[in-house]
Amino acid sequence: MSEAYPITEHKYDVVVVGAGGAGLRATMGMAAAGLKTAAITKVFPTRSHTVAAQGGISASLGNMGEDNWQWHMYDTVKGSDWLGDQDAIEYMCREAPASVLELEQFGMPFSRTEEGKIYQRAFGGMTTEFGEGPAAQRTCAAADRTGHAMLHTLYSQSLKHDTEFFIEYFALDLIMDKDGSCKGVLCLCLEDGTLHLFRAHMVVLATGGYGRTFFSCTSAHTCTGDGGGMVLRAGLPLQDMEFIQFHPTGIYGAGCLITEGVRGEGGFLVNGEGERFMERYAPHAKDLASRDVVSRSMTIEIREGRGVGPRKDHIYLHLDHLDPAMIDERLPGISESARIFAGVDVHKEPIPVLPTVHYNMGGIPTNYHAEVVDLKDGNPDSVVPGLMAVGEAACVSVHGANRLGSNSLIDLVVFGRAAALRAKEVVTPGAAHAPLPADACDEALGRLDKFRNANGSSSTATIRDNMQRVMQDDCAVFRTSKTLAEGVEKINKVWEQMPDIKTTDRSLVWNSDLVETLELDNLIRQAVVSMTAAENRKESRGAHAHEDFPDRDDKNWMKHTLTYHSDKDGVKLDYRPVHDYTLTEEIDYIKPKARVY
Amino acid sequence: MVELTLPKNSRVGTGKTHPKTDGATNTKTFNVYRWSPDDNQNPAIDTYYVDLDTCGPMILDGLIKIKNEIDPTLTFRRSCREGICGSCAMNINGTNTLACTTGMDEVDGDINIYPLPHQPVVKDLVPDLTNFYAQYASIKPWLQAETPSPSKERLQSKEDREKLDGLYECILCACCSTSCPSYWWNSDRFLGPAILLQAYRWIIDSRDEHTGERLDNLEDPFRLYRCHTIMNCANTCPKGLNPAKAIAEIKKMMVERR
Repeated sequence: MSEAYPITEHKYDVVVVGAGGAGLRATMGMAAAGLKTAAITKVFPTRSHTVAAQGGISASLGNMGEDNWQWHMYDTVKGSDWLGDQDAIEYMCREAPASVLELEQFGMPFSRTEEGKIYQRAFGGMTTEFGEGPAAQRTCAAADRTGHAMLHTLYSQSLKHDTEFFIEYFALDLIMDKDGSCKGVLCLCLEDGTLHLFRAHMVVLATGGYGRTFFSCTSAHTCTGDGGGMVLRAGLPLQDMEFIQFHPTGIYGAGCLITEGVRGEGGFLVNGEGERFMERYAPHAKDLASRDVVSRSMTIEIREGRGVGPRKDHIYLHLDHLDPAMIDERLPGISESARIFAGVDVHKEPIPVLPTVHYNMGGIPTNYHAEVVDLKDGNPDSVVPGLMAVGEAACVSVHGANRLGSNSLIDLVVFGRAAALRAKEVVTPGAAHAPLPADACDEALGRLDKFRNANGSSSTATIRDNMQRVMQDDCAVFRTSKTLAEGVEKINKVWEQMPDIKTTDRSLVWNSDLVETLELDNLIRQAVVSMTAAENRKESRGAHAHEDFPDRDDKNWMKHTLTYHSDKDGVKLDYRPVHDYTLTEEIDYIKPKARVY
Repeated sequence: MVELTLPKNSRVGTGKTHPKTDGATNTKTFNVYRWSPDDNQNPAIDTYYVDLDTCGPMILDGLIKIKNEIDPTLTFRRSCREGICGSCAMNINGTNTLACTTGMDEVDGDINIYPLPHQPVVKDLVPDLTNFYAQYASIKPWLQAETPSPSKERLQSKEDREKLDGLYECILCACCSTSCPSYWWNSDRFLGPAILLQAYRWIIDSRDEHTGERLDNLEDPFRLYRCHTIMNCANTCPKGLNPAKAIAEIKKMMVERR
């Protein structure tokens, strides 16, 4: 096989796959630590999906009123519906202020308060005094383009650090040792179709989420969970894949994101009867309840015939009552999106919105050092040597069953940095790479060759469409035993179509037909494990709302789902315990209680 | 001697016309530039008919539909589909813009699509932007300051922060630079509108302390002064920014510091 496909070998201390917020922050830290670092990315860094984040990045700076990391931690634990690991949550919330200040020092153009400090806005689920006080203004913003400002800032920092980028290189597969450690990653250079093996003592997967398993999502076309696909093929598990966040306000029809910051700045949702219905569902937090709660409430309104529009199938988001000057200053980006994708002037009309797939709480299980873990010989925290994961690709787990808005951007930089700190400890710069067996890349090459010459009867687009429609129908905001059982059956049928796939482009240069097929192979595996994990979890928690089991069941289900997947045996399920301890003695474990907003 | 016609191997021919899909009555015609280094052929224009009744409203929706249902070999970049990542910049009916935020109904008649002009073509609608990105790195687009950073954030007044509006929103799509005739002829030495806008973003940032050095770096007959206020940049920017104004501001600062 390796004769038909010559491979160029590169040797690095560390290889980071993905150049979004987490990947760039990790890369920067690794390079600064004196490790020879390569950053591999399938798109130019500033095209990564972090660029589309709008509302902000959470950190208890206290610029807009009293705040502290303990309150942020409480909100995050409650938001996670107690599925988050509290040691990791403590780490994130403690490190958050320093991580935001670091971005400011890098030159990120945050919006400012009258005093010239970083501007912070209210966001869903962010409160004070351990949920007892008023809403917290904790979300640091650069107007409503925070992700764009952050990603460009991090990219410029990586230029400052002279990072070695391999841009428009697509990662095919991890190269694993027989003892289960990661030795490198095999990549395809899009420009000329050449193959490159990146040897590394540490491979960091920063490949983002797998939103494109669904028909309608806020995620970019490139959000195909390539890291998750590689991990499953390497025989490692993914964690908590049933928890998929629906953002309450995707633009009806187009699916483009309208930030929660709109509601943070005073916007609200209205049903077909002109009612601010969130007051009924969340009397205290109202429109700023956490996303799973708001999305469910909207879905119930529509289901009970109180939607808006000719088909009563969506909801209105009003900001036309707000000061136009404030909208222009703080929400210019969504004003533009609403005009382009909904034909709406936000100063005068409401935006038509619908809950839309937005974020994957699940992913590659890691500890708070970003090291990938697996359940091995009874040890649920067994570290996989040579492999890390950060960002949406990872499941640390700080978001548990439901992520709070603005906790994703902070997750990226805190754990991107944590990965670099850990790599500095465990990787010796310039250490020799042991030779690999001659057949180390054969399996990966076989897979590439199969898809490159695939000549079945279903196009990549057809199978992808089948997958997306099954997920959209049966892995939705509300789930039942019946829909989930059907969903499992249907998604497995789609999986069975994969050997019959057909590719058309036989070129080696920028073969996007091939890349989309490889991406589909990553997506479909994650669709299968997500649906299976959802069918398996017989309770309701966070984003997993099971109508036949409407309550949270801490006795039986306060545990992380692990899903393994192999071509031969399909899905295998297992579990890891939730970490019911904190990192330090400065805060006690936050005990589960009813989750009311 | 100036060559007044394109070299032989660059002349664009007529390509393949793909038949309408069965039952499609309400269609829009897409004429798309095709070229691959693989087959040693001249570039050609392929024609596709997109069924508007089963397609989203944007030009990117049309291209994706073609790729999904008619011709999977059609090659273009795309990612966010909401005008923030800058991937799908291309020349649509003579204007450089983003395919994802341009509606098919904004174009009367056929939709004619070419890659961004005057850049080497990798394949079809995918240009090679290596030079553009290298020029971006050359302006050191990061905060430079010697004053020890305070323990919290550097303070910046709302007024000073406002000076970054209209600049920091640039998505590096290269629509403006590749629409600039000056950049077409001198892209090896002229930085072009996008990069100069980015340069001004750092010059005017109240937190940055290297203004003098940044201006020195631009004080050059080519890097800055090849801008002849043609204004194509401001006309074409899909984000509504005005690079020409930023360039004018830099030129003013150059005069003022003499």
